[in-house]
Amino acid sequence: MKRYDAIVIGAGHNGLTNAAYLARAGLDVVVLEKNDYIGGAAVTRELHEGWHYSSCSYVCSMMRQSLHRDLDLSRHGLLLVPYLGTVAFGDDGNTLIDYPDEGAHYLELQRHSPHDADAMSRFQADLGRYAQLIRKTLMRTPPDPASFKPRDIREILFLAKEFWALGERELYEYMRFFTMSAADFLEDYFENDLIKAAMASPGIIGTALGVQSPGSAYILLHHVMGDVDGSVGAWGLARGGMGAISHAIANALREAGGEIRTCAGVERILVRNGTTVGVALENGDELHANIVVSNLDAKRTFTRLLQPEELPPRILERARNFKIRGSSGKVNIALSGLPRFKGLPDNRYINRGGQTFAGSLETMERAYDAWKRGTWSEDPFIESIIPSAWDPTVAPAGKHWMSNFVQYCPPELADGPWTPEKRDAFGQTVINKLERYSPGFKDLIVHMEVRTPHEIEAEIGLTQGNIFQGELTIDQLLFNRPFPGYGQYRMPLRNFYMCGSSTHPGGGVSAACGANAAREILRDLKKPNVVPDDDCYDE
Amino acid sequence: MDRYDTIIVGAGHNGLICAAYLARHGQRVLLVEAADAAGGLASTREFHPGFHVAAAHTVYQFSPQIAKELELAKHGYADSGKPLSTIGLDPEGNHVAITAEGVSGVDAEDADRYRRYRAELETFRDALAPFWMKRMPGIGGNSAQELLTFAQLGLRLRRLGREDMLEFFRVATLPMRDLLDENFANDRLKAALSWDGIIGGRLAPRSPNQSVLMLLYRLCGEHGGQHVVPQAGIRGLIDALVAAATGAGAQLRLGAAVKQILVEGDESGLRATGVELASGERIAADRVVSSADPQRTFLELVGTRHLEIGFSNRIRRLRCEGYVAKLHLALAEEPRFRGLEQADGRMIIAPDLDAIEFAFDDAKYGQCSSDPVMEIVIPSLREPALAPPGQHLLSAHVMYVPARLKGGWTADAREALTSRLLDELERYAPGLRKLVLHAELLTPADLETLHGVTGGHWHHTEFAIDQLLMMRPTYEAAQYATPIPGLFLCGAGSHPGGGLSGAPGHNAARVILS
Amino acid sequence: MEHTDPFAGERLKLSPFHARQAPMNLRDAWSSWNSYKFADYYYDAQYEYFCIRNTCGTYDICPMQKYEIRGADALAMLNRMVTRDVAKLKLDRVTYCCWCTDEGRMIDDGTIFRLGDDHYMLTCGSPCLAWLRQSALGFTELTVRDISEERAGLSLQGPTACAVLKAMGLAAIEQLKPFGILHFDFRGDTLMVSRTGFSGDLGYELWIDRSLALDLWDALYSAGEHHGIHPYGEAATNMARLEAGFIMPAMEFNEALKTVNFQLDQTPFELNLGWLVDFRKPHFNGRSALLRERDKGPKYTLVKLDIEGNKPANDAILYADRRCKGEIGYVTSAMWSPAAKANIALAMVRTKYLAGDIFAEIYYPKELRPYRKVARCTVRDKPFWAPARTRQTPAPDR
Repeated sequence: MKRYDAIVIGAGHNGLTNAAYLARAGLDVVVLEKNDYIGGAAVTRELHEGWHYSSCSYVCSMMRQSLHRDLDLSRHGLLLVPYLGTVAFGDDGNTLIDYPDEGAHYLELQRHSPHDADAMSRFQADLGRYAQLIRKTLMRTPPDPASFKPRDIREILFLAKEFWALGERELYEYMRFFTMSAADFLEDYFENDLIKAAMASPGIIGTALGVQSPGSAYILLHHVMGDVDGSVGAWGLARGGMGAISHAIANALREAGGEIRTCAGVERILVRNGTTVGVALENGDELHANIVVSNLDAKRTFTRLLQPEELPPRILERARNFKIRGSSGKVNIALSGLPRFKGLPDNRYINRGGQTFAGSLETMERAYDAWKRGTWSEDPFIESIIPSAWDPTVAPAGKHWMSNFVQYCPPELADGPWTPEKRDAFGQTVINKLERYSPGFKDLIVHMEVRTPHEIEAEIGLTQGNIFQGELTIDQLLFNRPFPGYGQYRMPLRNFYMCGSSTHPGGGVSAACGANAAREILRDLKKPNVVPDDDCYDE
Repeated sequence: MDRYDTIIVGAGHNGLICAAYLARHGQRVLLVEAADAAGGLASTREFHPGFHVAAAHTVYQFSPQIAKELELAKHGYADSGKPLSTIGLDPEGNHVAITAEGVSGVDAEDADRYRRYRAELETFRDALAPFWMKRMPGIGGNSAQELLTFAQLGLRLRRLGREDMLEFFRVATLPMRDLLDENFANDRLKAALSWDGIIGGRLAPRSPNQSVLMLLYRLCGEHGGQHVVPQAGIRGLIDALVAAATGAGAQLRLGAAVKQILVEGDESGLRATGVELASGERIAADRVVSSADPQRTFLELVGTRHLEIGFSNRIRRLRCEGYVAKLHLALAEEPRFRGLEQADGRMIIAPDLDAIEFAFDDAKYGQCSSDPVMEIVIPSLREPALAPPGQHLLSAHVMYVPARLKGGWTADAREALTSRLLDELERYAPGLRKLVLHAELLTPADLETLHGVTGGHWHHTEFAIDQLLMMRPTYEAAQYATPIPGLFLCGAGSHPGGGLSGAPGHNAARVILS
Repeated sequence: MEHTDPFAGERLKLSPFHARQAPMNLRDAWSSWNSYKFADYYYDAQYEYFCIRNTCGTYDICPMQKYEIRGADALAMLNRMVTRDVAKLKLDRVTYCCWCTDEGRMIDDGTIFRLGDDHYMLTCGSPCLAWLRQSALGFTELTVRDISEERAGLSLQGPTACAVLKAMGLAAIEQLKPFGILHFDFRGDTLMVSRTGFSGDLGYELWIDRSLALDLWDALYSAGEHHGIHPYGEAATNMARLEAGFIMPAMEFNEALKTVNFQLDQTPFELNLGWLVDFRKPHFNGRSALLRERDKGPKYTLVKLDIEGNKPANDAILYADRRCKGEIGYVTSAMWSPAAKANIALAMVRTKYLAGDIFAEIYYPKELRPYRKVARCTVRDKPFWAPARTRQTPAPDR
């Protein structure tokens, strides 16, 4: 029986990235994927003939450009196209257009609040400063604060130096920002409710926190710290859908000699004397390897793939307590034409970028309240985009598809688990809301697919459908991610690693988790590092 | 005109403590207090003929160090009362009780987990305890003493050992709900244990980042966070503090509201030079110490024209909205709660964490919850003098009640809330309504009017990480000194925060004396 | 909201003077300023520059921010915000000033017009309503109103400026002192004229209700017909102000509230504006930080440089020696001065190197190919252009 150097469980983008780097370092690597397609949550799927949905993750800004460049993803077929003209919709039907031109954007803000139009520049400068600092940590392994190893001390000093460079005032502002709520943070700058709602929206996406929950300001940052070509906070679409990212990385992996096996679900990880030695597949086959890397989330990895008796005592408890909460839904809709939204000028730039149905801070917070009660809001927060308006490859010419990300959607309902009927009722809530803002919307629907946390988990194996593989709260960030003491990708079994979004720096299609994990593995194997250490642009 | 070394604005417990320390070091100290009695939120007042109560109805974190240093025992204060057990009330009488010995009314597993939970919290509490009684140095400062405090903090955390240190970093920012869900199964127990992590703040069980620190802070008192009605009541504590301060030579002027803190300037800068009273009288001093909340101190008493623009606006943006109302009932006789022999405990009405969370949800939008949660004490059981013989009073902290109610605190709104609270109490103490001689509801807005505390906030400003330690109330004024030379803070809005701990008053005095 | 033009939200605003200026902009040389369509030049930048120095020209200042500040607290509020003592500003006078963050970093500069007992107008280049709102906290007798849209402003600069206004019938205009204000009846409304400008030459700024903008233009151009009046744009104004040694935001200084990196903004002392900071006046924002800065001395100092040769030193790095080891500063603005026949620049130089040699490393193109030269720089105390007429009262006619 063949023995691999390394087995990576799960062909999500981080697993593929991890394997690609291990393969480039000369390891014999196989990636095992339970589905018959690769990509995990970064996939393009033709769920209705002619329409190619990015059925889970739908936009990209965090993809590390150093990895993009180093893995030569452009040659492997990846093109990231920034999109423009996102519109936020208020409760009262008012709209706020995010014009790309600074001056036009200023006038648009001024229409809502002259004060806020002025305040925006300071807000952007401050956010940019925070993003700049946190971005420097993305491609680094977090230091262990309890360690005296030179490397950890060096990393702590590096962070201290970067932190210090903010200057005293900003240093405090940064600590403030890190722990406060998105709503409170925005109150520092803005008075207009729609502007606040639009700016707060990244603070709730994918998280089981509300805009008023302390900690949501960081979530906001997490979503805007990415960039497309140095333009901070910009988002891009992958030409061909999000699957294009996974496929490009897979091509890089294969070129380096790695192997991918689909329809190869892992039943459990094999452990001998505290050392992982391979995996047993659902079909009964066993595969052996020196190293096992899990790209699954921390809860799933430890509670499903490993036996309690094989684990150190505290780990199982940690895994069970790992916060990975389902809070989001997704509705993918195939459309016979381009929907028109009320209150908007119809020009080729703005009626077809993103739409943020934010309403107001109160509407967003009330949607969270509904989630806490095990139901969904009748007026949910929806972040939409019509990728087909930008990408000619994802729908038939003249036809469109719309991605609707819905916050919040509970992992299970107060009156029991999800059923197909309840799922459809959830989907109906979403299209009812869209119809309110775009009369006639329903008539355009050719096909729709509704995903609650239940569907997301069942299909791609994210526990509770949590898009980040674990909440991004301070107790689960940096050296605490996934568990205190295990923030450096090595897990409490010999030769066992994690490389998914459950590890630093967390969710988002960044590929940083997979790359950082590969760097640590190569370090343990005493092989030269082949993973880029830092991002490739100057600040 | 008399000239003082120090004028202290506000004779709440922190003002009194600061005054006592300064006077004991030979300073000429004048305490000016707007109310007719000292004590601030801890002052005892007659709310119905013969019935007395203080807004703060128990003591649980008063610093033993301060009691000792100020010789409060000599002045009649004894923290010798038997701690109140915390009781999670159940309408059917199946209560959960938490005492120093452990918890009862829960299954064996929860009872066992409680011991471990408690031990772990105490480990963390002990690591942090010394730092509540210290000035927190700024990060920008580089003096040896400041670096030493950080080194000490780091060392103490290291000394916890690797596992506990890492665990501390994780637990420190957890919401109460996660911490308790990790440990316990019993809903009533979880609700009761969450209480001290959240009460007084704008936070609920699901709010991350601040409740565990609040809890650790509150565990620091003589009885490890257990609530006590001290001998001679809260009044006894305040009387002792007044005696300690005046005994050391400080002068106390009651009914003397401060209109403004006088600030004068020359080419080298500004300096606080005294106060002007509402009467127009001006009193000069070398320094002014304010125990009033930061918003009142800076925005009203000092005035923004003497302050920096960024600073003023950071003060304005402090979160100072209180969410706890007080209900005071004068009762014709001792109330009986179903399933309790005597209502001699700190009783919590909150069936589960969701009940607290959902009560909070209404308050977020400026509304009053239809299902409020509360903490009840019958102080007259411990201190009979608070009520006429044979009669009793009930004192309750009610959450969540917004200071700025949508539509305002009209008579109807107050009546509706009072009535709702009485109905809720009736479920647990059948027949209580008939005993009520008088009911008084103090909303946070009333506490603001009555005690001059902005927003009626217990801690003067939110006890949240972004407003804690070297950032409390803001980083420019976090070491008791303020941007204006000669002006100091010593109230709950300074490190470490509110509650009857006395730490801000003590720490401020130490800074002034150094 | 129905849009007839689907791009309405993205188009630039048009100045009240646009109807007259647009036909004169022969090459459609437009850029933008504060979301207004704004001319780089109208006919030829060099020509317009010489109008400023030789005859006169008009420069559209409608895109400038104008705030009306009124009320019993107006003086106290302004005085706490800006570093200069506004209490000294007399009725119908204008003062140049700057304002800083708590840390003493410069937010912006501008001018304050005193128009009544409790009535001021603040003008500045960038919107600052948010900062004004913050500054107004605690001042109750105060209204702050953005009047940028309702007031039109036109700058008239150059040696014949006074003659033009006289020809327009503005009585006794020649008696108006620098930084003084006069009010005139104009078509039933008031035309306000201040002797201010951004050219370093004799000049006035004319302020009027938006509805009368074109009338004013017509009156002015008819009066100026024989005095060489001509509109000028951003290019010429930038040349004139550099010769006069005036600073520009986003050139010489980075507005502090928009600065991302620590201390990549500036203090007034670094910008050689220490004379704007009055420590004898009541408390003002950034005071203690600025006091420390004054006592310690600024790390950098803005200086006027006369550079050998004729290649403008745009974006040049400065060194203390010809071998270009060890940077000591950088050029913020540079050009060949047609009036002074000098290669001039404004530059930030580490204060401690000011006394020594300064060399600029200049890259310049010749037939597409870049060349490098190292040129000696000499620090100049005086502006490169400062004719006596700028300060004379009565103002000369040409």
